[in-house]
Amino acid sequence: MKIDCSGMYYRKLNKIIRDAAEAGESEFILDHVNGQRYIGSGINKKIKITINGVPGNDLAMFMNGPSITVNANAQDGIANTMNAGEIIVHGDAGDVIGYGMRGGKIYIKGNVGYRTGIHMKEYKKKVPVIIAGGVACDFCAEYMAGGILVLLGLEKGGDMPITGDYLGTGMHGGVVYIRGGVDENMLGKEVSVLELDEKDLKILKKHLAEFCEHFGFDLEEVMSKPFVKLLPVSSRPYGNLYAY
Amino acid sequence: MISEIPPEFIVKIDYEQCKRCKRCVMNCSFGCMQFKDRVIPDHKKCVACQRCVTFCPESAITITKNELSYKENANWTPEIRQNILKQAETGGMILSGMGNPRAYQILWDHLLIDACQVTNPSIDPLREPMELRTFIGRKPERLEFSADENGEIELATELGPQIKLDIPVVFAAMSYGAISLNAHKALVMAAKQSGTLMNTGEGGLHKDLYSYADNIIVQVASGRFGVHSEYLNTCVMVEIKIGQGAKPGIGGHLPGEKVGEEISKTRMIPVGTDAISPAPHHDIYSIEDLSQLIYAIKETTDYTKPVSVKISAVHNVAAIASGIVRAGADIVTIDGFRGGTGAAPMVIRDNVGIPIEVALAAVDQRLRDEGIRNNASILCAGGIRTSADMAKAIALGADAVVIGTAALVAMGCRVCQKCYTGNCAWGIATQKPELVRRLDPLVASERLSNLLRAWDLELKEILGSLGVNSIESLRGSRERLRGIGLDEMTLKILGVKPAGVGQ
Repeated sequence: MKIDCSGMYYRKLNKIIRDAAEAGESEFILDHVNGQRYIGSGINKKIKITINGVPGNDLAMFMNGPSITVNANAQDGIANTMNAGEIIVHGDAGDVIGYGMRGGKIYIKGNVGYRTGIHMKEYKKKVPVIIAGGVACDFCAEYMAGGILVLLGLEKGGDMPITGDYLGTGMHGGVVYIRGGVDENMLGKEVSVLELDEKDLKILKKHLAEFCEHFGFDLEEVMSKPFVKLLPVSSRPYGNLYAY
Repeated sequence: MISEIPPEFIVKIDYEQCKRCKRCVMNCSFGCMQFKDRVIPDHKKCVACQRCVTFCPESAITITKNELSYKENANWTPEIRQNILKQAETGGMILSGMGNPRAYQILWDHLLIDACQVTNPSIDPLREPMELRTFIGRKPERLEFSADENGEIELATELGPQIKLDIPVVFAAMSYGAISLNAHKALVMAAKQSGTLMNTGEGGLHKDLYSYADNIIVQVASGRFGVHSEYLNTCVMVEIKIGQGAKPGIGGHLPGEKVGEEISKTRMIPVGTDAISPAPHHDIYSIEDLSQLIYAIKETTDYTKPVSVKISAVHNVAAIASGIVRAGADIVTIDGFRGGTGAAPMVIRDNVGIPIEVALAAVDQRLRDEGIRNNASILCAGGIRTSADMAKAIALGADAVVIGTAALVAMGCRVCQKCYTGNCAWGIATQKPELVRRLDPLVASERLSNLLRAWDLELKEILGSLGVNSIESLRGSRERLRGIGLDEMTLKILGVKPAGVGQ
């Protein structure tokens, strides 16, 4: 199904998508998207949505299954509390990517904003993955409780460091992989930097292979630079604050 | 370090009466009672939960305050000294459970309700119908009607989703995790029985409760535990929790010990991990962001569920509530500073926030002044103890009230304030299977339904004496209240005249 979204209010657009998906339509191509919010939000079917243009905030919020490709930049709040599905952004993305996300994948070709992967969690087989080809801003992986977050720093904007301040503050689960290492001044006090083991490399390679395929990067080149991993020092960073 | 904190309570056992049946030993979940030839209490461990007292077949146990523990001092109260000792021993924040127990002025007790005499007749609720039915949700500015060819009049205005309550009371948000699954079951069964709602709190909804969707409010809080699109659609209302009266401005923290198999499934986090709810929602830093989340929920539920935003009563509550209504919320829930909690730092619980009475009056007035009162219903929480409090709250402008502690007490809670230990002897605020088993959901739901029935009868009596036959006629009718022992400014904020002043 092809939809011309120029000048269309988000409520109408999302209703068309929801109703058509309910009726069995499985593929959507949205042209001239320009800031419409909540695309793909709350959809429980494995539909495919291709977005030509810049989608608005809360793309794929509460989403459970669909696969979304954005052929432009994306805005704030992608995959907020997402359960399952896949989002591929051929550009940069805004703030709060994957907040509280507990399943599915987000692949961003370029840079990401503030609070990426904040409070991301995992449950049994649901292990969410966020990979950003560029750099991240402050508070990345804050309160992270599970899942995998990868920063590659391939497309640095000038001399920007790969991450902003307070990386992994309050982190108590999951893992962050960073290509080329990270300045320890940037870290929150709840995380420590470790070297990768065989298992890490296997997991990383699997996800990066997919990432490179989407955006045409060379996997070997991406893997040629050494990675470090960030793990929480404690699974209970706030365990001894109280008197009972 | 050996603890120097003296016992708070003394457990007295009448050994002449005691038959050594050991029932108290089995019932004590705090490890206070030991049996060595006879029952020996360890006074230091007693929390005065009254479980042993209630279940002793010989009534041989009494628990008293340990009057001798601290020398009398009006300034350095036993509580203050005990807390200093605890902090000196641990270096931690004092944790507490239930609502603020301090003797702040309770404004409900300074408000009196009017009644009819001679010139306007009162109504006997035993003989005449009394309408308590309440509809919660956004109301239109005006109603338009159309007539068809046969002259039949129909409503032309499209109404947003409305929730029908048979009684203007709903159960407060208490998560599965803070309270047991049996307690959740009791609440939802009673809500169904009484035509009202229970609220999941922030811990997700157990699968066993999905069939009760018509009586459930689901909550979305900062941790987003157990929140997914199916959850958001298994309810009649979605509540965004911004704040809680017992701990305004701070987050929540379910310790890993309480995250067993069932909690793990419901919250969708691994067994044994801490469930940390950050202080703010990290996608809400402004009213505009709040609006974005409200509409994300409306999109996900296809505009079929009203969305509530719950805030704690703080100094600027009226302006905040106005922003919330303008952001698109259909319901504002205000939680006063006496509201309960499973766990909160005592310093926050006892010192932060304002009383619900003034917050409610300020919010209702502000929304009226701005001409947007119809855009949202107001739920009033945090300190509703009786049907009289409920009637007064409705007269001050609430559409319905919310009860948490009152519901727990009805289920068996003795307000020992040890919810955060997970040792609740009454099977309510615990996840230990041997303790949860003590709370029979059927019995507890019957007790809850009885409480609501009693309040229903009492509220109808109040309405009858006021000479009105519908709760709508009392709603926001501050003229039917008078204040006693209140200063002029407080009376002004409450919008009520002092007792003794006529019309």
